[in-house]
Amino acid sequence: MAQAQTIPTPEEFLSVVQEAAPKKLSMVIFSGDMDKAMAAFIIATGAAASGIQVTMFFTFWGLKLIQDGNRTGSSIFGRAMGVMNRGGIDRVGPSKFNFLGIGRWMFKKMMRSHNVASLPELREMAIDLDVRMIACQMSMDVMEIPRETLIPEAQEVAGVATFIEESQQSQSTLFI
Amino acid sequence: MTLATPDITLDLEGMLCPIPIVKVAKAFKTMDVGAVLQATASDPGVLIDIPAWARTTGNELLSIEREDKIITFQVKKVS
Repeated sequence: MAQAQTIPTPEEFLSVVQEAAPKKLSMVIFSGDMDKAMAAFIIATGAAASGIQVTMFFTFWGLKLIQDGNRTGSSIFGRAMGVMNRGGIDRVGPSKFNFLGIGRWMFKKMMRSHNVASLPELREMAIDLDVRMIACQMSMDVMEIPRETLIPEAQEVAGVATFIEESQQSQSTLFI
Repeated sequence: MTLATPDITLDLEGMLCPIPIVKVAKAFKTMDVGAVLQATASDPGVLIDIPAWARTTGNELLSIEREDKIITFQVKKVS
């Protein structure tokens, strides 16, 4: 009989479960386009500011957003890629109307005049809010991007299993 | 109409999404439970977003209103 009293109510049970499982958001950042990166960092900072633990997993073109901008590549193709696809958050252009960099310049100007945070500022905010940033090992290997050319805040390098583990613990997962 | 005497005030005028939310969240980290934040903003998105933020984080929105272009709101820290 005494045992019956220890059974939690549904509300108590829910609160225990919710406390045990923190709110989480996982994001794959595949795109290296300025506009998509803006959306990604706005969602990440907004979620982090709402008390949600955010993990951003940067892969392929997305790696540009966490590179320090130095040249990369060791093989001939790798070096060519390091020139044509030079990393650095300042270098990324919009997915439409880039026109060899004119679009990027125009977008930056328009965003500044409307008081929107720039991409580097958004990334700073995300770092400040403890957003976890993971770089994809495989894309780094293929594109010959050494870890030393990633920004100091994104030195965690991992693979798909790490992302899946995070994603499994998250209430939502986004691919951008 | 102001409901409570704020413990902390923020000026978010001229700032666009997501900065108002981020600034409010950062200010909340420094506040004690029960403390009230009052802020002014100019982005109309704040009218929808601050109530949503309060619901997500479990804090209490005491008031939010718009006068001309300026939005004033108060949020109380619950947890």
